[in-house]
Amino acid sequence: MGGYILKRLVSAVPVLLGITVIVFAIMSLIPGDPATAILGSYATPENVEKLNRDLGLDKPLVQQYFIWIGNMLQGDFGRSFALNRPVLDEVLDRFSATLVLAGAAFVLCAVLGIIAGVISAARQYGWADRAITVAVILGISIPSFFLGMMMILLFAVRLKWLPVSGMYAIYGGGDLPDLLRHLAMPAIALSLVATGVVARLSRAAMLEVLRQDFIRTARAKGVGERRVIWGHALRAAMVSIIPVLGIQAGFVLSGAVYIEIVFQWPGVGRMLVDAILKRDLLLVQGGVVFVAACYVFFNIVVDVAQSLLDPRIRT
Amino acid sequence: MSTFLKLLARNRLAVFGAAVLGAIILLVVITPLLPLPDPNATATADRFKRPFSDGFILGTDHLGRDLFSRLLWGTQLSLAVGLAAALIAGTIGAAIGIVAGYFGGRIDNVIMRAIDMLMAFPYILLALAIVAALGPGLLNALYAVAAVNIPFFARNVRGVTVSIAHKEFVDAARLSGMGHLRIITTEILPNVLPVVVIAMSTTIGWMILETAGLSFLGLGSQPPQADLGSMLGEARAAMITAPHTSIVPGVMILLIVMSVNLLGDGVRDALDPRLRSGALSRPMAATLVRRDETPPEKTDTKAVLSLENLETRFEVGARIYRAVGGVSLAIQPGECVGLIGESGSGKSVTALSVMGLVASPPGVVTGGAVRLNGQDLIGAPYARLRALRGDRVAYIFQDPLSTLHPLYRVGDQLTEAIRVHHRISRDAAHERAVKLLEDVHIPNARARARSYPHELSGGMRQRVAIAMALANEPEVIIADEPTTALDVTVQAQILKLLDNLRRDRGVSILFITHDFGVVGQLCDRVAVMYAGRIVEEGTTAEVLDAPAHPYTKRLIACVPELGAGRRELHAIPGLPPAVDQLPHGCAFAPRCHKATGLCATSDIPLDGRKRKVRCILPEEDVA
Amino acid sequence: MSLALETRDLTKTFDVGKRLLRPPKAQVHAVHPTSLRVENGETLGIVGESGCGKSTLARMLVGLLPPSSGTIEIEGLSGGSSPADFGRVIQYVFQDPVSSLNPRKTIRQILEAPLIHLHGMGRSERAARIDEIFDSVSLRGEFLNRYPHEFSGGQAQRIGIARALAANARILVLDEPVSALDVSVQAQVLNLLADLKDELGLTYLFISHDLAVVEAVSDRVAVLYFGAVVEEGRAENIFASPRHPYTRLLAESAPVVGRPIGGQAQGELPDPMNPPPGCAFASRCPRATDICRTDRPELRPIEGDQRAACHHPLDP
Repeated sequence: MGGYILKRLVSAVPVLLGITVIVFAIMSLIPGDPATAILGSYATPENVEKLNRDLGLDKPLVQQYFIWIGNMLQGDFGRSFALNRPVLDEVLDRFSATLVLAGAAFVLCAVLGIIAGVISAARQYGWADRAITVAVILGISIPSFFLGMMMILLFAVRLKWLPVSGMYAIYGGGDLPDLLRHLAMPAIALSLVATGVVARLSRAAMLEVLRQDFIRTARAKGVGERRVIWGHALRAAMVSIIPVLGIQAGFVLSGAVYIEIVFQWPGVGRMLVDAILKRDLLLVQGGVVFVAACYVFFNIVVDVAQSLLDPRIRT
Repeated sequence: MSTFLKLLARNRLAVFGAAVLGAIILLVVITPLLPLPDPNATATADRFKRPFSDGFILGTDHLGRDLFSRLLWGTQLSLAVGLAAALIAGTIGAAIGIVAGYFGGRIDNVIMRAIDMLMAFPYILLALAIVAALGPGLLNALYAVAAVNIPFFARNVRGVTVSIAHKEFVDAARLSGMGHLRIITTEILPNVLPVVVIAMSTTIGWMILETAGLSFLGLGSQPPQADLGSMLGEARAAMITAPHTSIVPGVMILLIVMSVNLLGDGVRDALDPRLRSGALSRPMAATLVRRDETPPEKTDTKAVLSLENLETRFEVGARIYRAVGGVSLAIQPGECVGLIGESGSGKSVTALSVMGLVASPPGVVTGGAVRLNGQDLIGAPYARLRALRGDRVAYIFQDPLSTLHPLYRVGDQLTEAIRVHHRISRDAAHERAVKLLEDVHIPNARARARSYPHELSGGMRQRVAIAMALANEPEVIIADEPTTALDVTVQAQILKLLDNLRRDRGVSILFITHDFGVVGQLCDRVAVMYAGRIVEEGTTAEVLDAPAHPYTKRLIACVPELGAGRRELHAIPGLPPAVDQLPHGCAFAPRCHKATGLCATSDIPLDGRKRKVRCILPEEDVA
Repeated sequence: MSLALETRDLTKTFDVGKRLLRPPKAQVHAVHPTSLRVENGETLGIVGESGCGKSTLARMLVGLLPPSSGTIEIEGLSGGSSPADFGRVIQYVFQDPVSSLNPRKTIRQILEAPLIHLHGMGRSERAARIDEIFDSVSLRGEFLNRYPHEFSGGQAQRIGIARALAANARILVLDEPVSALDVSVQAQVLNLLADLKDELGLTYLFISHDLAVVEAVSDRVAVLYFGAVVEEGRAENIFASPRHPYTRLLAESAPVVGRPIGGQAQGELPDPMNPPPGCAFASRCPRATDICRTDRPELRPIEGDQRAACHHPLDP
């Protein structure tokens, strides 16, 4: 087992390198030079040239790449010119907020999605199945940012049950109940699409598994139906559900960008969009690499979970 | 194509989706012809008009622009962009997937590593990076959305291509002298195309959402041009004071994406052949019973298990397959009875009907009785059936790799079999499991109990399955082709084991097979099935030495027997009848050289006392 | 009699656990050096259990799989490099008749492929040839415009045979051609194959796991175990008086009415990832001695044209 984890960790190295190459390549496609963007269009040519030299932008691309990688490995992601603050500090602050939001949404989508999928499959063509199917179609069709706006209108503005936006109340907030009150709407809005996808794929996986011979064997042994469904069948179905969860984690992380904007959540997604609009490219570059790296590690966790479940892929 | 449309039309949700989508598309197509105000003409005096006021159907936005006009033009843009993104991503992705899947090896390896790399990004990061590099704009958003979806298509299509490229017909095409390009275009592509269409139809909605999302963030369409996403993004500032400006584009996105998804699901279901046959419905815990007449009287009081006029059908749509059409068979204590027949003869369905294990839907038991020690099991409550399954009547199935649970250790599967019927501790049950594994001659049983099925050979797995059947010392074991998937030397081992076990333990066996040799070596009595009914029954020696039914006689003559050297075989012309359209009278008559007009006129009974035959012109006298 | 096909020291090795840059973790010898000779007009039966390498061997013979080493000579010419070169002289009939036909092509399109690509025939010429072939496998002409899913297994296998004949090859490799069929249909197809052989003067390599079927259709039989031929001889002798202990085990294991269940109680194939140094059958063999566990026996003549790879062959 330890060997497997080690192997997966080692295999992540080329993926991480590839990510940095892709990000670097995309960023170097940008027309114009960042110095002008930083200094504004009234800057003198001398100032632009000096800044380019300071940023190392006069060197060949390959060399620039290695300098960038080398700095990142030492924890130096550069400095955001718009915020005048080290990129890593800003990303770390923002990412923790995103983690809370996306983590809550992910747990919701995994738990609710799997339960709904299993019930739907076990009661195929029954009323529960039909209700879940319709809910799933609605869930995966509604844009999360629109849903978020409607939730604010209803629960915050009309009913005044929950705060309109933000992560903590400005005065007197900061404790866990306060966080949860602020988290409820964005987490639900964010999880809805993923819950629908997980539910639908769990249903399909369960239907596939329930037709397998080993389910008939379990029944022929006299195993009760509840144990057949929630034990034998779900366990086998998890083999195809777990990778879906891994992919959905990426979607939740992606969707967080919209939700953070709608709910003014101080997360990394909002930071990135702001940075793009302000052309604060070092912040974009650093933020993308950091989040992508975290996602790679999350996927290793998913793979390890998969190998714990399925002895056939342990080698 | 017409069957595809018919299937699609039968799906009410898909039809609903198609109707909504059709209406939207129609509206969008005629938009340029409608007498609408300029969508971009601002009139600050008219800002935030409510719907249906002052001649504005849907009101106006924060710049006083007509929302209805903006909505239609925006919808047009969003639809076009989503569709274009899906087409681009689908075409490029499919091409990459086909090349990787068909050529395999190093090409595949390199391409798939690159794809994995792209999939290591949460998609929005990649999209944001691309938009950041190219600059905000609708076309750039389109490229970004298409680009992040290419890996999805490539991976999907590659998987399907690999499975098709390994099909035998591709080998046949190579042997027919076709080159790679021709094989890809004429053999692979037509088979992959449905998958591409399914993937596209189920992702168009998603792509429309994604482009709308980028526009919502201000990274897609730039003012004054507006798609639905940017309309929503601009309206957000006034969300609380003028909610209609948000609701109008939001609801439109919802409608489009929902209708596309409904239609896409319909397309997928109509194109997926497995769904077509209804094969994806899940089997219920016990076979459905719909028995109209009262069960027949007890006929054999000594038998441990007796089937009396058992009828099981498969109901698929309007078709009724009479898989088991009135089978009567009794098994005495300690006896081994062979049930032999070709595929489709109903022998396995008969065996599964005993404990209600026929998959339902589509299986239904429609008549007869199954008596275990005199008690009828057909229609028995599920709880009673469950209590008897594996306890009094146990099964051994054909392919031990698929019939054992792949993710549980074999010892645990045995332990479970014991503990569902006996309240004993886990440890005690485990000890008993190890003992059972020793009984079926698995070397090093204690260590083997910790193995997973895939770690065992086929023969060892079947021994585990036998141990599981023995776990609760059942009275009857139903073995459904237990050696068919095994090699001949392993088959001999398993047969020997079964033969010894039944003599040592006095358990009755119903042995389902298609192999006369196996029946001849193992069974005391044998019943021959054809087209869902027993046509002949008797002791093994009688039936094999002097078959009375012409079918039995000619079937035995078909089978080459080892040791007779090179020879001509005596084939039976024709095919067994389909059980959804059985002929009148004797089902074998159309293939029988002795058949007369009488054979096809009325039902022919299974005649005789101990030795029975269903024939009016039997080969041997059985009276 | 002239030679139809000859292989010399044909081998196939598969890499296990491929890695991108470094060499693979292990190699499995699916086929050990194998030399076979098949005369024109002969049927050579090849029997063996699963994992014995019989399908790998067959796929090499028709060029679907490149050999790791050794040569194949067909009708006096060394086989070409691509399946298309092989296709004119040797053809293949697949085990699964349904999956060997492209579900999206009509039967006519399937049968035309070899005529177009191997022989470059024109339209009218093709039509005439297809009618002729279809007639010879006793299928009705109206089937030509239907799709594969409309046919039963037996009919589909006839179509597969027709396709192999269409290429006009004189040698057919029949890979378990009747295993997927029911016994009553199996006999029909076997009889059809026998008739075609007489009519067209074909040469067959008939691969099967079913001893009785192989014995019934073959002139000579080669027995494969663990990737190597362990015994070769005339069909009427090889199972009646086997010289290799494995052949005897096979013959005794086959269920025969009126004979008690035979074979051994224990023992299975060795692990291909970790093959034994000597005779692969030694661990299951009642006659095995020390030499069997260290030296791999060569295939050698025992009596007449019966050959066996055994240090201690059985007496007749």
